Amino acid sequence: MPLIMGMSMLLACQMLGELVTRGLALSVPGPVIGMVILLAALMARGKVPSSLRVTGEGLLRYLTLLFVPAGVGLMVHGTLIGADLLPIVVTLVGSTAVTLAVTAWVLSRLQRRGRREGSEEGRA
Amino acid sequence: MNVAALDQLWVYLSGNPLLSLLVTLLAFMVAVRLNRALGGTPLLHPVTLSIAILIGFLLLVDMDYATYFEGAQFIHFLLGPATVALAIPLYDHRERVRRLLGPLLLACVAGIVTAVASTIGLAMLFGVRHETLLSLAPRSVTSPIAMGIAEQIGGIPSLAAGLVLLTGSIGCALGPGIFRLLRITDPAVQGFTMGLSAHGFGTAHSFARLGAVAGAFSGLSMGLTGLLTAFLLPLITRLLGLN
Repeated sequence: MPLIMGMSMLLACQMLGELVTRGLALSVPGPVIGMVILLAALMARGKVPSSLRVTGEGLLRYLTLLFVPAGVGLMVHGTLIGADLLPIVVTLVGSTAVTLAVTAWVLSRLQRRGRREGSEEGRA
Repeated sequence: MNVAALDQLWVYLSGNPLLSLLVTLLAFMVAVRLNRALGGTPLLHPVTLSIAILIGFLLLVDMDYATYFEGAQFIHFLLGPATVALAIPLYDHRERVRRLLGPLLLACVAGIVTAVASTIGLAMLFGVRHETLLSLAPRSVTSPIAMGIAEQIGGIPSLAAGLVLLTGSIGCALGPGIFRLLRITDPAVQGFTMGLSAHGFGTAHSFARLGAVAGAFSGLSMGLTGLLTAFLLPLITRLLGLN
């Protein structure tokens, strides 16, 4: 029953996460808190149970599919988006491109500097 | 022999979750094949392609989204446990995450500020209406968080959710080109950037195309960006005097 055990663990963490967000009235979705809870549990345990790995990695392999039903919901916003279509599309494309570039540049810069300092320490 | 009329069969099918469930899976398979046939171009991402196919199908057979979602919700539901499962790759790569924690946090704040500032700046430049502007602001975080933030700062939650999805597909389309341009080859950096700019779409894309390391960092940045944006965005809009 590895799939059932793995799924139960995932659902249990999600439920705990939902309870925490509801209980503390956080604006963070329950599954994100559930992810933090599972991570903490894995750290405490020191390894990933094989049943959890089989289920979790199976789900993650098809993560793209899981976004499709929500994505089809775009059709509901057709008129609202259509009213401002060009400005919205230009804004989204422009700012997404800038965000991608800035994030990637900052992170790779910081990472390279960290590595260089690390190797200098090693030499000294 | 008594053959049921075709329209009666259709009444049965369209009121049953079976049809939308099956159509969603078929559309996804077609989209993956089509994308592969086109040389795996990021411009027509399988998710974007499946969404387009399904919207076309629903318009063609005149089925509304609520009816479709009754069946498709079984797939949608799995997003929750899948998000929780992101803890597994994160745990596998915990040493690397710990070593990079400082740079990751700094890059995350830089990315969020860039996303919000460039979105609001461009939207104002093009004269987007006020509510749309405030719904655009949280576009780079995962949709449930974005909807909450939009409501808090005075945007339209459902529109915000739609814009989040558009951002996701745009991010997946632009990402590979920008990485090539900036000569970024490290899967950790690529994944982190995709998760920050294109939330769950970016994370899914990272797992599918860039591998487990990129997926782990992408999931991390998706969660981190959501958390930080929820705190930072109300401050930024107040600073800019938007609400």
